[in-house]
Formats: sequence, C-alpha cells, structure tokens
Amino acid sequence: MAAVQGGLVDADNEKDIKTEPPSDGWVNNNANDGKVLSASPGSSATAGSNKPAAATTATAAGTPEDQQTLLAVLQFLRKNNLSESVEILRREAGLPENSLEAKAGDSSGTGGADTDAGDSSSLLSRVTVSSSARAPSPKKATAGEDQPDVNVVLSAYSQQGDPALYDVYYSGLKKFIETVLDCHRAELSQVFYPLFVHMYLELVYNNHESEAKAFFAKFSGDQECYYEDDLRILSSLSKKEHMRGNETLLDFRTSKFVLRISRDSYQLLKRHLQERQNNQIWNIIQEHLYIDIFDGIPRSKSQIDAMSGSLAGEGRREANKTKVYYGLLKEPEIELPLDDEDEEAENEEGKPKKKKPKKDSMGSKSKKQDPNAPSQTRIPLPELKDSDKLDKIMYMKEATKKIRLGPDNLPSICFYTFLNAYQGLTAVDFTDDSSLIAGGFADSTVRVWSITPKKLRKVKSAADLNVIDKESDDVLERIMDEKTASESKILYGHSGPVYGISFSPDRNYLLSSSEDGTVRLWSLLTFTCLVGYKGHNYPVWDTHFSPHGYYFVSGGHDRVARLWATDHYQPLRIFSGHLADVTCTRFHPNSNYLATGSSDRTIRLWDVLNGNSVRIFTGHKGPIHTLAFSPNGKFLASGATDGRVLLWDIGHGLMITELKGHTDTIYSLKFSRDGEILASGSMDNTVRLWDATKAFDDLETDDFTAATGHIHLQDNSQELLLGTYMTKSTPVIHLHFTRRNLLLAAGAYNP
Amino acid sequence: MADREERRFAEISRESVKFMAESSGVELGDDVAALLAEDVCYRLREATQSSSQFMRHAKRRKLTVEDFNRALHWSNVEVVSGYGAQDALPFRSVKEGELFFVEDRDVNLVELALATNIPKACAETMVRVNVSYLDGKGNLEPQGTVPTAVQSLSDDLLKYYQQITRAILGEDPHLMKVALLDLQSNSKIAALLPYFVYVISGVKSVSHDLEQLNRLLHMVKSLVQNPYLYLGSYVRSLVSSVMYCILEPLAASINPLNDHWTLRDYAALLLSHIFWTHGDLVSGLYHQILLSLQKVLSDPVRPLCSHYGAVVGLHALGWKAVERVLFPHLPAYWANLQAVLDDYSVSNAQVKADGHKVYGAILVAVERLLKMKALSLSQPAEGTSSAHPGSGVGAMGYRVSSPGLSPPPEPLSEATLGIASHLQAGGAGCPWEEWTPVPLPAMYKELYSFFGDSLAVRFSTGPGLGGYSPCTPSQLSHARKEPPGSSSNSDTTRKMPQLTANLNISPRHDGSPRTDPAPPSLAATGSARSLTRSSTSSSVQRSRSSSSRAGQRSAGMTRDVFPKPRFTAPQTGPTVFTFLIGGRQMGRRCQGRRPFQTTFAPTPPLPAIPPRAYAHKLPVIGRVGKPVRRWACSHYSLHLPL
Repeated sequence: MAAVQGGLVDADNEKDIKTEPPSDGWVNNNANDGKVLSASPGSSATAGSNKPAAATTATAAGTPEDQQTLLAVLQFLRKNNLSESVEILRREAGLPENSLEAKAGDSSGTGGADTDAGDSSSLLSRVTVSSSARAPSPKKATAGEDQPDVNVVLSAYSQQGDPALYDVYYSGLKKFIETVLDCHRAELSQVFYPLFVHMYLELVYNNHESEAKAFFAKFSGDQECYYEDDLRILSSLSKKEHMRGNETLLDFRTSKFVLRISRDSYQLLKRHLQERQNNQIWNIIQEHLYIDIFDGIPRSKSQIDAMSGSLAGEGRREANKTKVYYGLLKEPEIELPLDDEDEEAENEEGKPKKKKPKKDSMGSKSKKQDPNAPSQTRIPLPELKDSDKLDKIMYMKEATKKIRLGPDNLPSICFYTFLNAYQGLTAVDFTDDSSLIAGGFADSTVRVWSITPKKLRKVKSAADLNVIDKESDDVLERIMDEKTASESKILYGHSGPVYGISFSPDRNYLLSSSEDGTVRLWSLLTFTCLVGYKGHNYPVWDTHFSPHGYYFVSGGHDRVARLWATDHYQPLRIFSGHLADVTCTRFHPNSNYLATGSSDRTIRLWDVLNGNSVRIFTGHKGPIHTLAFSPNGKFLASGATDGRVLLWDIGHGLMITELKGHTDTIYSLKFSRDGEILASGSMDNTVRLWDATKAFDDLETDDFTAATGHIHLQDNSQELLLGTYMTKSTPVIHLHFTRRNLLLAAGAYNP
Repeated sequence: MADREERRFAEISRESVKFMAESSGVELGDDVAALLAEDVCYRLREATQSSSQFMRHAKRRKLTVEDFNRALHWSNVEVVSGYGAQDALPFRSVKEGELFFVEDRDVNLVELALATNIPKACAETMVRVNVSYLDGKGNLEPQGTVPTAVQSLSDDLLKYYQQITRAILGEDPHLMKVALLDLQSNSKIAALLPYFVYVISGVKSVSHDLEQLNRLLHMVKSLVQNPYLYLGSYVRSLVSSVMYCILEPLAASINPLNDHWTLRDYAALLLSHIFWTHGDLVSGLYHQILLSLQKVLSDPVRPLCSHYGAVVGLHALGWKAVERVLFPHLPAYWANLQAVLDDYSVSNAQVKADGHKVYGAILVAVERLLKMKALSLSQPAEGTSSAHPGSGVGAMGYRVSSPGLSPPPEPLSEATLGIASHLQAGGAGCPWEEWTPVPLPAMYKELYSFFGDSLAVRFSTGPGLGGYSPCTPSQLSHARKEPPGSSSNSDTTRKMPQLTANLNISPRHDGSPRTDPAPPSLAATGSARSLTRSSTSSSVQRSRSSSSRAGQRSAGMTRDVFPKPRFTAPQTGPTVFTFLIGGRQMGRRCQGRRPFQTTFAPTPPLPAIPPRAYAHKLPVIGRVGKPVRRWACSHYSLHLPL
C-alpha cells in the first residue's frame, strides 16, 4: 500500500494533464483519444496535422507567457532549495537542464521546431496556473499550500472591457439565441448561466459595483431555477474584497464550466460572435468555458435539464469513458477457504450482492468469474477469519429464508424510532445482520443499542482475562464480562456532532466521523475508542466501511474524500476533484471503487487502486446526501436535497431514470437484498418503495446513447413508485434491509 | 437590484453600526460606517450560508444557534452568538423604536435554587421499534396520530398514573379529593393526558354506577381546570364523555332511587365549563353540541331523562342556546310532555315524575332566557341612566351573580358574541340558519301561554315597586363570599338540585327580589352546596321552579300592583326593563298549566292561594323527600331552602 501511496500524487497529476484540453480551451476535443475530431476553426480534420497546427497557433500567443510562469516557479523552488521538485518539474515539463539560465533561447525556440515540448509545457503551465485547486500539483505539495492563490485565480478577470457595454453584450447574445432555430435554442441557452456569472464577477472584480448590481438585477431572472442557490450567493457578493475566500467563486474560476453542445449549434454561436466582434463574450467562452462538442442532433431542453444543474456544468464525456469493473468478486468457497483467500474477504455484505446475479442472471455462473469483475487481487483484501466464515454460513442459512420481493410482494417495514433525541440524532447505522443499531448525536456521543435480546457486553479486563482457560471451547463467551451487560452503550470521544457512522462488516468495529475533523474507530468488544484518524481538519460529513472490512472512506468539508486502512493513521488515497464539500461516501460492493456525493451536485466514482476519478454524474439540482449501490454492483442510486432519486448505470456512465415523489431532502436509500426494490427515506416523513427491476429493464442503451451520453428519460416515476409509507412525524434518516428482506427504517421523532 | 436584495437579506443599517461603535467607544464616520455595515451584511450572509450546511447534515429543518456558531468557528471567527437553545427564543419588537430584540428575562437564582419543584432531567434517549407496515400494506395504526411509543412513560409517570386513577376511582373520598386537587394543579402530566382521557371515555362502560360516573366527571373537571394542560383535540373526546352523562339513558336511571338527575346537572355545568374555557380548541364544537342536544330533544322516542339532559345542557350553555334550540322546539315538545303529565294512571307515576323534572328544567331555562334577554336589551341603557332604581337593582343582581357566572369572566355581551361567532364558524348550511330571533314580547307571550303564571319572570316598567328592598352591601358581600368557600365539591353524594340552588339569595333577606340567572358554572354548585349547609333539608326538589317565591310572599302587594304580567315594549323611551320574581307556588303552577291544557290563551293568574294549602303537592315534582316540613318557613324566602 505504501508504494501505491507514494505514486498517488503523480497519478493524480497525470490524470489532470490528460483531461486538460490540448488546445486553447474554447474548443475541447479529446485529442488523447484521437477518436473525436478537433473542431479548431480552420484546422484540418486529421489528428496528425491538427496537433502541430494548433500548437503553432496557440503557442505563438500563449507559450512565452506560460514559459515565464513555469520558469518563475522553478526559480521559486530553487530558491527554497527544493531541488528534487525542480528536477521533477523540469523533467515533466521537458525543459532543458539549463532552462533557467537560457530563458531567452528556450522561449524563442518553442514556437518553432520542438512542437512536442512546447505543447506539453504549455499544458503544464496551465495546470499550475489555473487548476491549482483541483489537484495537488508538485509545486503545491512541496510548498504545503492548501488554498489556491486567490490573486492568481482572480487575475484572469483583470482584463476589462467597458462596464457599460456588458449589458449590451449580454442582451445582444440573448436576442440572438432567442431568434435562433428552435432545435438549437435549448443548447445555446446553456451558455447563459456561465456567461452571466463570469460577466458579473468580472464587473465586481473591476470595482464596478453599481453596474454589477444592475447587471444582476436585469438578467438573474433569466437563469434556470436550479441555479437559484448559487445565484443567491452570487448576489450577496458585490465587492472585490468579498471575492477573496469565497468558495463558490473559486469554484467557478478554478474549474471550467462544461457545456455539451452539438457541432451545428456551436458553429452557429461561433459565427454570430465573430460577426459581431463580440470579444468580451468570446474571451469568456475561451477562457472559462469548456465546450464539449458532439456530432449529431442537438439535444432537447428536457435532455439538457436532466443532466445540468451541477456547480460546474455537466461531466465531460471523456471523464466517463474509463472502463469500470463493476462486477462482483467471486464468491469465496467456505469449505476451502484457502483457495481464494485473497479476494473474498470476510464480509457478508459482499455476499448478498453476489447471490443475486448467480440466481437470476445465470445459474451456472457461480464458479465463473464475472467478465466485468475486477481481478480478485486487484486491490489487496484482508483474509477471511474463522469467525467470518461462520458468519458467512449463518448468512447463507438466513438467505434461504429470504423473501422474494417484487411489485406484488412488498416488504414489511419496521420503524426504529429514536425517542427523546431532542433533534440531536444525526446519523444511524445498522449492522448487516441487523443485530445492532448505532446512532450519532449532535451532542458528540455515539450510542449503540442491541436490537436483539442479546445484551451488549464488554470484554473483561486484562487481569481477568489472564485467568481464563484459553483452551476451553467457550472462550469467546468467557472473555465477556457479564456485569457490563446492558441494552445500550454510549461512546464518548468526539468533540462535535457525529455526522457519519458505519459498522464494520464483522461487527467488531464502529466508525464515526464528526464535526471535530476526526474519524474515530471504536471497538465493539471493549466499547472504547481505538484510533482517531486525523487528516480532514474540517468537519467530516460521512464515512463508510468497505464491504470487505479493513478499508474505509471518509469525506468532508475540505472537499476531498480519503481512503484509509484501519491500521494506518494516514490516508492511503486522497480523492480530490469535487468543487464543494463531499457530503456522502459509499463503497462499491466489490471494494474496488467508491462513490462520493457532493454539495457541488455531482457524484463521482473513484478507483481505489489508482485514485482516479472514473465517473462523474451530473443531474442533481441540490447537494447529494445519500448514495446506494445495487447489490449486483451495476447501478448506483443517489438522493439529494432536491427530493429526487436518480439511478445511474455505472458501466455506461449514464443516467437511467429519475424517481420523483419526495418533497424534501432524501437522506437514505437502500436496495433490497436482491436488488428488486429500492427504498428511499426522506425528511418529508415518508418511506417510498420503487420498482428497481422495472427501472433497470426499461433501460435501452443504443450505440448512440453510449457514445454521446445522451439520455431519453421517460417520466415514469409514478409507474415505478410501488408505495408511499408515512411515518409519524419522524424523518427517515436510515434504511436497512435485513438478510430476509425485512425493511428497517430509523429516525428520530420530531414533535 | 437594491430593492430585491433588501427584500431578500437582512440588512444592518449604518446607524446600527455607529451605535455599536459608540457603545464600545469608537467614533465612526458616515462613510466608514456605511462600508462596515455593508461588509457585515455580507459576512453575515456568508456565515448563514455555511451554517445551513451544518443544519442539513444534522438532518434538521431548524437552523440553530449552534449551527451558526459552528459556521463562524470554521471561518475562523470568534463565536459570538451565545449559547444554543433548543427552543426558539421569543423575538420581540418595540413598535415605537422599531426595535427588535430577544427577550432575555432575569432569572431569580434564589427562587430557582430554593424552588421545591425540581425540574426533571431529560428523559433518556432510547430506541423503540414498531412494525409499521406489513407486507407493504395497511397501517397497523392510523396515520398521523401521536405515536404510542413516543410518549413512553417514565416509571415515575406510570406510578403517578396508577396512584391517581386508583385514588379517584377507589373507596377513600379523602384520597380522591387529594388526587383531584393534584390533577388540577400538576404541571407535569401532559404525557399522561391521553391515558386520562382514555380512562374518562370509560363512562360508557360504567353507566350503571352513578358513583363512578361522578368520579369520572370530577376527573374531567380537574383536567379541564389544570392550567398546565393543553387539551388540544382531546377536548372533543372529553366533551363526548360528558355528553354521554348528560344525554344517555344511563343504566343507573332505571332505579328511581338513583339520583341521576344530579349527575346530569353536574355534567351539564361541566359541559358549559369546558365549552367556555376550551371551546376555541375545536372549531365548530359549540355547533356540534347544540346539534346533538337538539337531536335528542326532538326525538320523542328518547326517555324523559334524556330530554331532561338536553334541556339542562342547553340551559348550561347559556340563554342564547336556549333561545335558539329549546324555544323553537317548545311547541312541538310541549304536546308530548303534556300527555305524560296528564296521565294520572298509577303505572305512569314514575314517568310522570320524570316529566315534572323536565317541566321544571324547561321552566328554569326559559325563565333565564327571558331574564337574560331582557337584561341584554336593557343593558345598553344602563350605562346612561343608572339612576333608575329598578335597573340599578337589576344590574346589581346581575353583578352579584357574576362571580358564579360561567368561568370565562367575560361580560355577558362578550360571551354572547362568542357564541355568535361560534355559530358563524360552524354555521354554514346548518339547519337553523333561517333562525331569526323572536322579539322579547312575542317570546314572553308564547312562553306565558305554556307556563302561565308559573313563569316567575315578570316584566314591569319598574318604578315604585314596593317589593324592592335594595340589597345591603353586607348582603352582597355575603353572597360573594360564599362561592369561594365551597370550591371543593367533591362531596357529590349530597343530593341537591344545583340549578335550584343557584338562586342564592340569602334567606335572611326574604324581601329581596334579587334573582340570580342560574349561572351555569361549577362554582355555582359550590355556592349551592354552601347554602345547602345552611338549610337542614336536603331537599331533592327540582323545586327551583316551585321555589317558594319569596318575592310573592313578601309582597302580596307586589302582586296587587302587578296582578298580571305586563310588558312594555323596549322602545318606550329611556325606561329600562327590570324584572322581578313573581311569587309562584305549587298551586299556581298547576293552574298555570291547567288553563293551557284547555285553551292556549294565557289566563290571568288566579289570586294568591295560600301556599300552604298546596305545599303538599310540591314533592310531585322532583323527588319525594322530607322537605315538606321546611316549606312552612321557606315560603318567605325567595331562596329555596334545601
């Protein structure tokens, strides 16, 4: 693990370079793929000739400046005696050894012969300048800087036009888009919001307060309603001084707003802007927007609306191209545990998910490896212990008694009501075998209850343990201290509200994440804190154990998710990329991936192995508060404050459907053990059941959809809704299916 | 933009900034203050924005002080918002200064420390499970009700509940008194309310046991009087239990020896009490009560005791209710009642006795109706011409009675308003929408046609009434003092007719023509009881009607002066209506009825017949009892000796 950890930064950096557009930004084609053709104006269509052409045009203008920046960075590093970093940077940038001394020659030479070097160096400089917040670049890693340099970020706004003309520009564009053909209008309208924001920010940055306010008042009403929250923040910002430290603003600047526009529509826009000599808008589009061009029919308004809404536009298509091994790991052979010790891991949770594909899809598959599954040893997983095997056997026994759910056979629901919680209940989790329930509270405590007649007992003290006969058969029983038996235990240790809580699959540990910036690991044998994982430094909103144990993930206010192993006090991976708080985290059933939901209204899927972001899902209109993988690992469900549940196909990277019905934030989602029913619990005091099977079966993925990422959503929420179940003034904050498919719900009564 | 923003955000004005600066000893220029104010606004919005994140993650809807403090903390600002509180702080405004502030009351630490009622600790957080839905179908419990598990009782409360119910329903009267008193004043039993209400709803299962019914009614009374309890929708349940006692032909009433009449009277008073104090909790309650009373009254199949209940219920709800429901029904009802009363067969004796009860109740009700109506008409004039002796006395009488008037201590006019509004609220499409008030003269005439001279109310133009002997202050104070002394009415076994007792004129001042409009109040029963104490007879008469009208006695001459009922229309100038109780007695009443039997024309009352001659007939109405002997002296008194 340690080795991988070391490579993490590099990998991240590399990824960033890859995704950065090769040409100057206003036209972005995936040149690395080589499949999509460049749309650079005037450039020829072959990839081979495009590159030099783009490089020459672009570097002619941009490279000297970029070079300057790069050299400045090198100088800074050298001055601070960070020679190793200098080496790395220079090697990466492809600069000659003596570049610092031979500035002039280098900069002059780039434009000519050495196109490759020029290209990559301009790339790098872009990384260091504009995306500093996104990835810990070498420079930042060494300088130990956490916040992007605001001045650098803002300086892009220093160029200014006549403030009075902004109004004219914008309304000119508006008029144009309104008169354009219907089929293009919806696509081009996407430009409004990012343009509006950037123009407003430019005005504010250049101290044209009154113009900015007038501009805002005039055009803010035109924006899509799902941007309302961002607009509210924006409207409160009217001074240059305020821009410093405003996170929303930084998000806007540090990431390019991604738009997907068909080639036809794009050409239309381009021609218009060029005819009008509308440089102000042109500049903004070039610098701050990433336009993802596709060939084909322009999308409809509803298609666009389904995918937009995130803080930084839609996900880029190429961001969802990576192959994801969403299949499940092979079922361990309980009788011959040594066969597949590597992968199988002890978790029971992995099993239910395995069961299903075996039973449903193909009965003969049980011994075969799922073609979509990662190799068993892709990431190292802990070995199965004897107790885990016992538990697996127990699970299998239970599973035979499982109820087959379906639209005609809905689950019974048991509600666990937290009484006298005084609005303090913040998180709940059940163990997989439904024997324990834990609650995290705003008063910093974690409470664990036994929901079986078996009481909670601590292990005896060390002195007492010494006198126990260790050879006896019931040694596990003997080590428990009967005197401590009680229905519930309270765990003290956090110094702030506990926002996330997760049991380990073997029920020996409990994780809790808190506002105090730590994640704590508790032993459920001694009911004491074992480790406090520090690293987030800001509130940690959620944490989740891997279904195979050992690993866990946490995400917090610092906008990153971290992967930890229980025996490491430092994170193994840092997943950075979200533009706002990471609000929820979930492991994929095969433990090779994890999903994070964020306040930037996107969901990302990360590869645990290399730390890459392999999927970006956009479409929610509010912060995402819950995620759930289907038991077969193919699908992901997400719930947000907008009251909608979205279903995603992980393999194709597409939205499958949206489930509308809830009227308030959805805090909990869970698939039934066989994945046939999706249960959602919300702040609106209801539990709703959805027909997941139908939703997935309806999915038709033709080649076009897969290639362009365009989806055709049917509005069939009502058909998929199987039932709405009211609670008694109790928001539902957690849902859980027992191994026999009884639905357990939990929440605090809110009088 | 400016407008929009102002509407959207809280703004801190330049002046506020200046004030704050001054209070910490800094002088600020205008421009500086303006800049500061703007910046502060922005920072506030920023902090609010991030605090909402803490709220969302705590899975709450309410933004708390703590959320805000956390937001400040994480943006490296010193926490300034004080300590958090679960409940919203009352945000008050001062109109004059356009100032808003959070009320911050002084806490008297000494008092707090020495207080005997130590606040209870918060209950332990716990988890309770219940099966909400079986196979995705059906609610096992109705939705939206208070979860039974939620109010899970602490052991203390459970014990309290057991003790209290045991005491109230148990044998020991003293213990019951203590229990009821505690129920009346305990501030911590809100969680038990549903249980008590449930217990009370058990009236239906103990309808054979008057004693238990009585105790349950007392329980209702205690709950209703407990100032710390918010009854909410439980009012409905309580009302239905009380109505049960008023209206249903209780199993206990099969035995004529059982005094279920008292129970009905008491329940009626209770009903009016609940209505006056808690009627606002359930919309349309008044309307519903009236409807069900009316239904009973118009149902000839119902036994007479149910009718009696309906009448006393209406009476207790106030004269407006009587006017609206009873009065229009009277002609129809009268025929039935008449038939009962005229049947002299032996087998009918019991029914006839019941019939007399009803008769008496109706009489009391309409008398009060007449009086109050007259009073309400005359009241406006009183303000201007209080010089009028008659009116003065009338007003006095009214006021004297007011301590016992229905618990909401509103003046009569307001009370009636209240009724009217209730009627309006629930009145859409109600069957008596077309109801129009009958003018007083017409009403009087009609009533007189039924009751004849037994109608004790007389109208006169007032002046020169020989019978008037203004009340002396001592008398008044005496009358006032009594009710409080008798607030405990746990001794319900005493058999006395409350309504009768409401005529609480001191017996010593037999000449006094003051009347009491039989206020429907609990206190009144108390006062009645105290009066009872003064008289030896525990008479069971419904005899208020027969109440030996001392007025008449004392004033043979009054009767001479006003040999017949007379009535002057209110329109006649400044004269105000006054009323007095005309003497009335058994014989007269019988006569009053008799003419009616044959002809419906009112006949002039016969000259006074010596009451003694008829005294023996008294027991016909009401229970057969001992009191005959008492009548000898009681006929001097307006007050009915009990």
